[in-house]
Amino acid sequence: MEETGIGIWGVPLAIFAGAIRVSTPFIFVSLGETITERSGRINLGLEGTLVFGAMTAYAVAVLTGSPWLGVLAAMATGSVFGLIHGWICKFPKVNDIAIGIAMMQFGLGLAFFLGKPFIQPAAPKLPSIPLGGWSTVPQVQAALNINVLFFLGAALALFLFWAFRNTRIGLILRVVGDSTDAARAMGINPDTVRLLATAAGGSLAAIGGAYLSLYYPGSWNEGISSGQGLMAVALVIFARWNPIGCFLAALLFGGAGALGPALQSIGVTQGYYLFYAAPYVLTLIILIVTSSPTRSLTGAPGALSLTK
Amino acid sequence: MTVEANDPGMSIAAGGGTSFRPLLEWLARRAEPVAIGLVAILIGMALFSIFILVIGKSPVTLFQLMYTGGFGSWFSIQNSLSRAAPLLLTALCVALPARLGLVIIGGEGAVVLGGVAAAAIALPFVGTVPPILLFVFMGLAAMLVGGIWIGLAGFLRHYRGVNETISSLLLAYIAIALMNQFVEGPLRDPASLNKPSTKPLPAEYMMGDIPGMDVHWGLVIGVVACVVSWALIELTSYGFAARISGGNVRAAQIQGLPVGKLIAGFTAVAGSFAGLAGMIEVAAVQGSANASLAAGYGYTGILVAFLARHNPLAIIPVAILLGGIDASGGLIQRRMGLPDATVLVLQGTLFVVILFCETFYGRFRIFNPDLWKRSQ
Repeated sequence: MEETGIGIWGVPLAIFAGAIRVSTPFIFVSLGETITERSGRINLGLEGTLVFGAMTAYAVAVLTGSPWLGVLAAMATGSVFGLIHGWICKFPKVNDIAIGIAMMQFGLGLAFFLGKPFIQPAAPKLPSIPLGGWSTVPQVQAALNINVLFFLGAALALFLFWAFRNTRIGLILRVVGDSTDAARAMGINPDTVRLLATAAGGSLAAIGGAYLSLYYPGSWNEGISSGQGLMAVALVIFARWNPIGCFLAALLFGGAGALGPALQSIGVTQGYYLFYAAPYVLTLIILIVTSSPTRSLTGAPGALSLTK
Repeated sequence: MTVEANDPGMSIAAGGGTSFRPLLEWLARRAEPVAIGLVAILIGMALFSIFILVIGKSPVTLFQLMYTGGFGSWFSIQNSLSRAAPLLLTALCVALPARLGLVIIGGEGAVVLGGVAAAAIALPFVGTVPPILLFVFMGLAAMLVGGIWIGLAGFLRHYRGVNETISSLLLAYIAIALMNQFVEGPLRDPASLNKPSTKPLPAEYMMGDIPGMDVHWGLVIGVVACVVSWALIELTSYGFAARISGGNVRAAQIQGLPVGKLIAGFTAVAGSFAGLAGMIEVAAVQGSANASLAAGYGYTGILVAFLARHNPLAIIPVAILLGGIDASGGLIQRRMGLPDATVLVLQGTLFVVILFCETFYGRFRIFNPDLWKRSQ
């Protein structure tokens, strides 16, 4: 029994493993978006940043042979995308949501354009830590083979949770996000803070992309992302702009995303495509349940145009 | 950049004879979006040229090819017009809600489900009803499904406070999953092996071309939809109420306007147009519903709508322009060895620059007759 499979227990195990594997990009994109939104601005273009980051990371990893250099390069390009978004949005009458959509199309187009030569070659993968050595069941070992970036993401969530409350930078970010006027009165330039916050958000989103192309699914092609960058924006609302909430929500989304493949692995093929839609349906239900037409969302930054 | 009071153009405009004054004022107000739009396109093309130069190709050749491929011959013009047809409808799916202040970006979902609905309803009627009646059934089914899909985003926006941009996009992903489920499952034609599709329409049930042209009837439907939408917004009291709600929701509510019904209604109409685009893809191009329905028309439609500043009549030329850019993609790929994503890069660049140029509205006095007197 143990060699051939673990039967029905394979489903929760696969969902658990999938939650960890699939959630990592969500963790990084949602933490990045949390930083940006806490400063009072929305970057809907993280989908484009994510895909461009995936392409950059893959290309640099192919060319240099180092996946970590790929991640760094992705972070650099991600912050450039964030800087462009942040710079354009500081001008009056410019709509940050619309610019995000435009940056998304721009990022996707540029990534497909520049990434064309890198669809064929294979890149070295990011390392993972085998924590399943204590078990003899191969599925358990596979499930506990966890990528380093997952732990970095978890640590980052804890750090941001602490930093938003306890550091000077965190406080400045929150002041700018809650009231542009209050920030100006304190002598803080809101545009600069938002510019940097968007750049930081972009570089984190690009790490999410690097994870996609360098670990799971671990290849570069034009269909690499299935909307993680956009779902992460919804996820941030669900998590109420709380970094630890983002981490937990990302795990939930990852689990929902792993539902289809997990059921397929034990032979349930009926409605496979509907299970594929599970994360989107879950996101939508969560948005419907947690939103309200009459009051602004608890925990929402005051200057955020999304919740007005 | 701001035109100062001593600008010569201004004094000419202001100093014109009194009888010409109303005409000049009318022209000045109309000229602002055209002038800023054209400047934005030029800046976008300049930035794109720099990009093409950096990768070592000639932007001049590229734009020449783009013109040849899009509008250089009667053949390419017809190709561009065919590609513009679905864009007209998907752009309306963005433009109509935008007049109410909503940003709907999930038109792709309505296209896809509209196509599936049209293909599904056609199956039992093929061979029993005349083609024209079948098209009516298909169109109605597609509009109904598309309208429900996007109308849901509008409904959730008003009655639950759910952000419509995100919900419409999530609905688009769900729609594509539903399409895959239908096309691979209950509606699959067993004969379609490599590419799961619904049973194809027989040739006599395909929506033909406009007489004398190699362009299908979808273009006419799209242009009519744009004109009808323009009339809806500019000439009816619903459109007037919608524009007020889009300007200031609070004011509209105080006036007793049914903002919720307007939002639900306008998003439903918008979605029904996108659904119609899906029906046209099935009835005039593909012949069956399959994964090709998710060809990105919904996303290009966003760009068309923003370029046209959500004016339904302006959507017509903009959609034809983007149809032309799209049509030239193949030629650029073959002649210059550039990837097919070249067109996407240009579209993305134009999109960003055009939105950036929104900041120039109201900055130039020459476009604002109210400020002319003060300058004298």
